[in-house]
Amino acid sequence: MQSKAVMEYDYSVAKLYTWTAVIFGIVGMTIGVIIASQLAFPELNYWIGEYGTFSRLRPLHTNVVIYGFTVSGIFATFYYLGQRVLKVSMAESKLLNTLGKIQFLLYLVAATFMVISLGMGITASKEYAQMEWPLDILIVVIWVLWGVVMFGLIGLRREKTLYISMWYYIATFLGVAMLYLFNNMEVPTIFFSGGLGAWYHSVSMYAGTNDALVQWWWGHNAVAFVFTVPIIAMIYYFLPKESGQAVYSYKLSLLSFWGLMFVYLWAGGHHLLWSTVPDWMQTMGSVFSVVLILPSWGSAINMLLTMKGEWNQLTENPLIKFMVLASTFYMLSTLEGPIQAVKSVNAIAHFTDWIPGHVHDGVLGWVAFMIFAGLMHMAPRMFKREIYSKSLLESQFWIQTIGVVLYFTSMWIAGITQGMMWRAVDEYGNLVYSFIDTVSVLHPYYTIRALGGLLYLIGVFMFAYNIFKTATAGRRLEQEPRYRSPMA
Amino acid sequence: MFHWLEKNPFFFAVGVFVVIAYAGLIEILPNFAEAARPVKGLKPYSVLELAGKEVYKKDNCIACHSQLIRPFKSETDRYGQYSLSGEYAYDRPFLWGSKRTGPDLHRIGNYRTSDWHANHMWDPKSVVPDSIMPAYKHHFTNVADMETAYAEAVTVKNVFNTPYGDDIKPGKEAYEKHLKEKVIPEALKIAKEMRFDKVDVVKMVQDGKIPEIVALIAYLNRLK
Repeated sequence: MQSKAVMEYDYSVAKLYTWTAVIFGIVGMTIGVIIASQLAFPELNYWIGEYGTFSRLRPLHTNVVIYGFTVSGIFATFYYLGQRVLKVSMAESKLLNTLGKIQFLLYLVAATFMVISLGMGITASKEYAQMEWPLDILIVVIWVLWGVVMFGLIGLRREKTLYISMWYYIATFLGVAMLYLFNNMEVPTIFFSGGLGAWYHSVSMYAGTNDALVQWWWGHNAVAFVFTVPIIAMIYYFLPKESGQAVYSYKLSLLSFWGLMFVYLWAGGHHLLWSTVPDWMQTMGSVFSVVLILPSWGSAINMLLTMKGEWNQLTENPLIKFMVLASTFYMLSTLEGPIQAVKSVNAIAHFTDWIPGHVHDGVLGWVAFMIFAGLMHMAPRMFKREIYSKSLLESQFWIQTIGVVLYFTSMWIAGITQGMMWRAVDEYGNLVYSFIDTVSVLHPYYTIRALGGLLYLIGVFMFAYNIFKTATAGRRLEQEPRYRSPMA
Repeated sequence: MFHWLEKNPFFFAVGVFVVIAYAGLIEILPNFAEAARPVKGLKPYSVLELAGKEVYKKDNCIACHSQLIRPFKSETDRYGQYSLSGEYAYDRPFLWGSKRTGPDLHRIGNYRTSDWHANHMWDPKSVVPDSIMPAYKHHFTNVADMETAYAEAVTVKNVFNTPYGDDIKPGKEAYEKHLKEKVIPEALKIAKEMRFDKVDVVKMVQDGKIPEIVALIAYLNRLK
């Protein structure tokens, strides 16, 4: 079928995931603002007893934002654009459509139990892999179902060549599957103790240094395959679509894709610099982290050059603003990461607030901006209505941008201050500061960070309101917009 | 070749998988056996300590505390001997953490005492006036899950050959015997060392209801 022909696509699953992205975005980032405020004002730890302390809430924040907000965004965009780039509708296969809906329901169940169990403190304790084994199994089922739907659609496709976005979704599927399985290898204790103790409890298959290696091979590459790869899938589709521009260079996209696949997995070792992991592994982690700049910047530059000759759109269309700033933050973040992975810099940066600072310029500036832009681009096409408010979208952009800048600048200063104070010695070689000095000094930066987070959260509420009103009260569209999304 | 791959999803997926898979093999496997070896004289965690480790996990102490002393003078001056791989051989999962909002704890047992921990967990500001750490008063009333800790000891003994004695074996009976003979006396010693008067932890232990704080302190004292 030629692209000129109008095809009708089935967006029922994409819509469901759009709403969960909005809800989990609000929940996860609200918890984020709470825990950021707790560091600045510790009295805030006591609002709901043992369930409200910073330590208990922190994994809830990370998991809800990663597995709730981001993964919903990934699924929503996949169920939307997968059909379109493959030129096949979900409605053409009853089986795939049903599997997609089952996948969503199971996802909702898993997410709910994730929130409950982490809130109760039931945790395997490995970062971003905290869920215990029963939930791990459920997640494998959900992931396999996604794979079935994706490869099912690919099997039915009319467009024979896989578009760039599909490369990245396939890589997301494979990468997360491999990493998740190996990192969550654990032994449920109830089966080996004659039925003693909590049924959901398990011990890790690996111990100590090995566990650390597997965990950060996972931890770093979960960043790769959840926060990078599927987000690139989004920008390769939404930026050309929204701007009406062809992707700048096919060769550059080829180089960046295969380069990213090859290089990313090696870089996990940079989380373990100066640890008990052998030196050669640490060095490999460092070197590959620096090499990683190439494929990362390849994608980002390819996207920026796609706007060549059409930069006026940046001033006219807030969605273009979101996407261009997203690729810019992607460049910032993928330059900052390799800098932190240099051993001498890492000696200062590791364990400090510079790390959450780095994470957040990536996730707030790149990941979340791209998801907001993607969902907003989808809204007029899914709901057949005009975007409710352009000015709200503009204000959201500026408020959130200020929020991100406050966040990472304050954390840069906090992190470097802390790192330098930990190692400061006087003329006789004695440590100058007690540990608590290095905590007290951070108060102003923690306050600024909480404020930055709050601004960002306000933007999320604006987005939620805007997309909700678009779906319910936007002006109806006769015909699907070709490129630029219509907005009131 | 790339054009061909883009039209053949199966081979495309295989290609991606090969490219992403072998980094892990090369970086993780070669050192696996060596990194699993304990340092000489390392003893496995007692059941009480394991229960304390569960409290450490449950309230997610790793959100703010590392257990990894890096080989810098500024760190060894502050925290003691830098960490060795073999010291973690019985840590499932590893608890190195990734952030130091509070200090490292890998050798906390060398320089803090049971009564210091008791006061600190009840109200951190009572011992460190500027502390931003939350109080964990619920550790003094919640009863630690000793049965799960025991189940963990049995599991690691049977599955990973962790060198526990013959008294660690499956079944309720063995558990209750171990609880009475080993765990409660060990807990009682800690409870007395705490010299804490706001909650009668000694009585709780004597009644067989070991509060989380006692298990946690047993675990923290073991870190050295």
